[in-house]
Amino acid sequence: MARVRVLIRPKEGILDPQGKAVERALPALGFERIEHVRVGRMVELEAEDADRVPELCEKLLANPLIEDFEIESLDGA
Amino acid sequence: MLWGVLQFPGSCDERDALHACGLTGEARLVWHEDRDLGGVDAIVIPGGFSYGDYLRAGAIARFSPAMESVAELAAGGGPVLGICNGFQVLCEAGLLPGALLLNDDLRFVCRQVELIAGGDPSSPPADRAAARSPFLAGIEAGERLSIPVKHGEGRYWAPPAILDEIEANGQIAFRYAAGQNPNGSARDIAGVLNKAGNVLGLMPHPEHAVDALTGSTDGLRLFEGAERSPA
Amino acid sequence: MMPAAEQRPEYEVLGLTSAEYESICEKLGREPNGVELAMFSLLWSEHCAYKHSRKLLGRLPTEGERVVMGPGENAGAVDIGNGHAVAFKVESHNHPSAVEPFQGAATGVGGILRDVFALGARPIAVLDSLRFGELDSIRSRHLLDGAVRGIGHYGNSIGVPTVGGEIYFEAPYEHNCLVNAMCVGLAKQAEMVRAAAAGVGNAVVLMGASTGRDGIGGASVLASAELGEGDDEKRPTVQIGDPFEESKLMECCLELLQRGLLVSLQDLGAAGLTSSAGEMASAGGVGIDIDVARVPLREADMEPFEIMISESQERMLGVVEPARVPEVLAVCERWQTGAAEIGAVTDGGHVRVLRGEEVVGDVPVEALVDGCPLYDLDPAEPEGWLYGNADVLAERVMTATGGVGDPADPSAILLALLASPSVASKRWAFEQYDSIVGSRTARERVGDGAAPTVSDCSDAAVLAIPEADNAIAVSIDGNGRRVACDPHAGAVEAVLECAQNLACAGAEPLGLTNCLNFGNPEKPAPAWQLDQAVTGLAEACAALGVPVVGGNVSLYNEGPDGPIYPTPVVGMVGELPDPARIAGSGFAREGDAVALLGPFSPSLAGSELAKLRGELSPGLPKPDIGAVAAACAAVRDAVRSGRLSSAHDVSDGGLGCALAESAIGGRLGCRIDLSPLVDRGLSAEQALFGEGTGGFVLSGDRAALESLATEDVEILVLGEAGGEAIEIAAGEAQVSATLKQAERAWRSLPERFELGS
Repeated sequence: MARVRVLIRPKEGILDPQGKAVERALPALGFERIEHVRVGRMVELEAEDADRVPELCEKLLANPLIEDFEIESLDGA
Repeated sequence: MLWGVLQFPGSCDERDALHACGLTGEARLVWHEDRDLGGVDAIVIPGGFSYGDYLRAGAIARFSPAMESVAELAAGGGPVLGICNGFQVLCEAGLLPGALLLNDDLRFVCRQVELIAGGDPSSPPADRAAARSPFLAGIEAGERLSIPVKHGEGRYWAPPAILDEIEANGQIAFRYAAGQNPNGSARDIAGVLNKAGNVLGLMPHPEHAVDALTGSTDGLRLFEGAERSPA
Repeated sequence: MMPAAEQRPEYEVLGLTSAEYESICEKLGREPNGVELAMFSLLWSEHCAYKHSRKLLGRLPTEGERVVMGPGENAGAVDIGNGHAVAFKVESHNHPSAVEPFQGAATGVGGILRDVFALGARPIAVLDSLRFGELDSIRSRHLLDGAVRGIGHYGNSIGVPTVGGEIYFEAPYEHNCLVNAMCVGLAKQAEMVRAAAAGVGNAVVLMGASTGRDGIGGASVLASAELGEGDDEKRPTVQIGDPFEESKLMECCLELLQRGLLVSLQDLGAAGLTSSAGEMASAGGVGIDIDVARVPLREADMEPFEIMISESQERMLGVVEPARVPEVLAVCERWQTGAAEIGAVTDGGHVRVLRGEEVVGDVPVEALVDGCPLYDLDPAEPEGWLYGNADVLAERVMTATGGVGDPADPSAILLALLASPSVASKRWAFEQYDSIVGSRTARERVGDGAAPTVSDCSDAAVLAIPEADNAIAVSIDGNGRRVACDPHAGAVEAVLECAQNLACAGAEPLGLTNCLNFGNPEKPAPAWQLDQAVTGLAEACAALGVPVVGGNVSLYNEGPDGPIYPTPVVGMVGELPDPARIAGSGFAREGDAVALLGPFSPSLAGSELAKLRGELSPGLPKPDIGAVAAACAAVRDAVRSGRLSSAHDVSDGGLGCALAESAIGGRLGCRIDLSPLVDRGLSAEQALFGEGTGGFVLSGDRAALESLATEDVEILVLGEAGGEAIEIAAGEAQVSATLKQAERAWRSLPERFELGS
C-alpha cells in the first residue's frame, strides 16, 4: 500500500478569510513580519494503486475551481 | 405538480422545504440512496449540513445515487431548486457554475435580507435565463423580495470570465440589495441559474418565507412560479 | 493509565474523601478494584451525586396536573394538549467551557439535546444562558467568542433553532464562566419512553459514536473541584463534539422509538457508560452486565476502567428485547450510526463489568447510584458585600456619549446603561445562531413595514405547535448580581422574571427547569446563598403553581478571587392559544398611549446603575409574589385579546431602559412623564433607573389600557408613543435622546469590543 499525503490550498487570487484572520492575529502574539498566510487542508491515505490518487483529488478531495492540490509520497519514493 | 425533496444525513431544512412545496402542490421526501425519484416533476435540494459539511460543503452529497437521477431530470429540463446547502451541492456537481466559500467575516449569519430579482432588466428577455426560469415566473426583473439567509459558507465565487458570461446570459437570479450582502459574494450574487434556466441555486431560504407568522411570504413566489410554468 | 498515587491515596486523587472510601468498602464488603474505584469516584462526585444539594432540592414543588415527567427522568415534560407533550431541561457545562469555550459550549448543547430526545421528544429549540467577566478582559472576550461559536456550530449543524437566551458580564465570573444550555422538545405522549431498564434478559445496545478517551476523569476532576492554577493540564479531558454524528443518532433514536423498538433509552453524559448503565438499572430495580470487549472503540488499547468512564460524545444506551435487536441494528445502519449489543439486563441488582468471560468489576447498583452520602450544608450569612465594587460610571458615560456626556445628566446615564454590556443588545451573538429552522419561530413585525425579524428585545421566544393547535413561549432568566444582594428575594425575582416574560407573549406558565450555579458548598457563605436561593425558588414556584420538572446543579464555581455570584438560572415554558395574536415588544403606532402596569416599586438596590457607580451592597426589596402574579395574568389576557400594541417587561436598567428598548424595537419614540411615580416619593433616579419585579411597559389604545385596571392590578398611563426621540420627564429631571443615539448605544457591543473576526 502506498502512503500518500495530499495538501489542498485555496487558489491564489481568491479571498482566504481564514488565512487573513490568522495573519492579523500574529502581531498581538509577538510574531512580526509574517505574511501571506494561506490556510488549507491535508488528507493522508493509503492506496493500493497510487496512480489513481490524482483522479481522486480532482474528483473529490479538492474542488479544482477554487483549490490547488499537491500530492506527496510518504514512502520516500 | 409533485415535488421531491432530497434528504441526506445532516439535512436540516428538508421538512421546511416539504411544507413549503406542499403549499403549492404535492411533495414527498426522497432518500439520498434512492436512484428512483418516484415520479417527481421537480426536485428541491434543501438546506443543512449534509455529511456534516465534511471535506467541503456538498462535496460528498453530490455523489449520492439520487443526485445522478437529479442530473438526468435537470438535463431533461425539469425544475431543480438548490437552497443553501443545496446550492453548494449543485455547484459541486457541476450543474451550476461557480462555488460557495466561507463568509468573508468567518461567522455564521442568520438574518432577513432584501434580494433583487432577475439580473439585468435591460437586456432582451429572450436572452435571459431568468426570463425562461420557472422559479422566476411571475417575478419581475428588479423586484425586491424579503427572504432570510442562514449560512457560514455562502460567499459565491467564480472566475471573472465566468461571472461575465453568466451575467451576459441573464443567469443571475438574485442579488443582495445594496448594503445587504451578508457574506462578501462576488457582485452581490445570491442566486444563480443554469443556461436553460430550469436549475436554480440560491443561498437565501425561500422555504422560510412562506408564512406571515414566521417571516415574510415572498418565498412562496418561487414555488408558485414553478407550479404555474408549463413543463 | 491510572493517575499516579503520589503520596496521596488513589481515592483521594480521584476526589473521594476517606470517609466516602470507607463507606464504599463497607458496602462492598471489601476494597474496590481499579475499575470499581473509577466508577465510584465518578458517580459519587458532586456533579453526578448532588451530594451537597440533594437534600435542598427536596424543597422544590414538582407536581402538577400537567406534569407528564418529573425530576429523575432524562428531562421533564408537560402536557401540551392533543396527546402531545413538551419536554425541556437546562444543564450547565461551566468548567469545560472555561477550559475550552468552543467545545465546552458545543458539547453542552449536544448533551442537553440528548437528554431531550432520550425521552422520545424531537428537539425544537435551544436557549442559552451565559456569564463571563467584564468585556474589558481579553480572556472574557475569548470565552464569549468561543462559546457563541460553539453553540452556533452545534445547534446550527444539527438543525435545531437557538431561539433565545441571555448573556451577562460581571467581574465575579471572570475565572468561572457560566454556560447553561436549555433544550425544548416535542413528543407524542404515546411514543415517550422512560429511562428505567426493564426485562431481565433484555439486551443492552450502545448506539452512536465510538468510545475514545474523551473526558476521562472529567466529571470528578473538573466539576467537583475549584479551578486553580495549572488548569491547562485539564485540556486533554475536554470532550469534542460532532453535531453531524448526533444528527444521525437523533433521527435514528426517534425512529426506533416511533416504531416501538426500544424498552428504554438513556443518554451517555457525565461518567459515560457507568452512569447510564447504573442509572438505568437503578431506576428499573434491576442489574446490568456490560462487556467492554464489545464496545466499539476509537483507540485500540483502552483499559476497562477507561471504557466505563469515557465521556465520548454522541452515544446513547438502549434496552431492547432480544428478538428485536436485529431490527434495531438495521435502523442504526440505515442512519449510518454505530450500534453494538454490549450487555444484558440481569436480576440481582448488580452492575457487572465484563471483559469477554472475565468479570473485571462488580458492584451493587444501589451502592453505586444511591449509596453516596448526602451532606448537610453549614450555612452562615456573610457579613457585608463579598464581591467588590468599582465606580466606572464617568468612564461609561464618556464612551456612550462620544466624550461629551456628564455623569450627573440622566440622559447621559440612560445612554451609558443602554451601552452597558449586560443590558445592551446581544444581536451580534444571536445572528450567529440559526433561529428559524423548523418553521416554528414566531417573528416580530416591526411597525414601519420593515422585514420581520427575531427581535433583539423580545422577552420570550414563541414557537408554533400546529400539532396541538396552539403555541408555546420559552424564557430563560437569572440575575446573579441581584441574587448576591439577597439570595432569597433574588431567586424569587428570577422565577417572576420568567413568568413576566411569558405573560408578554400571552403565555401561561406550565413548568420550570433550573440550573443552580453556586460556589463551594463546603464554605459557609456559598452554602447560605444556596440554601436561601432554593428556599426562594420553592416559595415562588409554589405560589405561582408552577412545578419544577427537572434541572441541574453546578457547584464549586470559585476561583482565586472567591465565589461567583450565586446564580440560579430559571427556564420556563408556557402555553398560548394563538401565536398570531401576540403583541410585539416594540411600540407600534404613532399616538398609542404608553402605560406602566403592575406592582413596580423601583429601587436602586442591586441595579445596573448601582453597579456602575460601585455602590452594590446586600439588600433587595421583598417581591410581592401575589401582586406580580395578578399583573402577569392581566397582561397575558390583554395580549391574548389583541388589545395591546406592545408589551415589554421592566428589568435590567429599569423603566428608562425598558422604554428605550420598546422605542428602539418599534423604531418609534415616546413622550413620557413619570410624575405619578415621583409624586409617591421616588427620586428621579429611582423612577428612571430603579429595578425590581412586577413592572410591564404596555402600549395601545388609551381606553383599552385604562380598562386593564382592577382592584388587584394598577395601571398608570404615562405618555404616548411617537416621534423620533425618547423624552422622559421625572420631576425636575429630563431625559432626552434621539432614537438614533439610543440605538447606537444599545447596539454598540461588537464595535466597542472589536467582536469581529
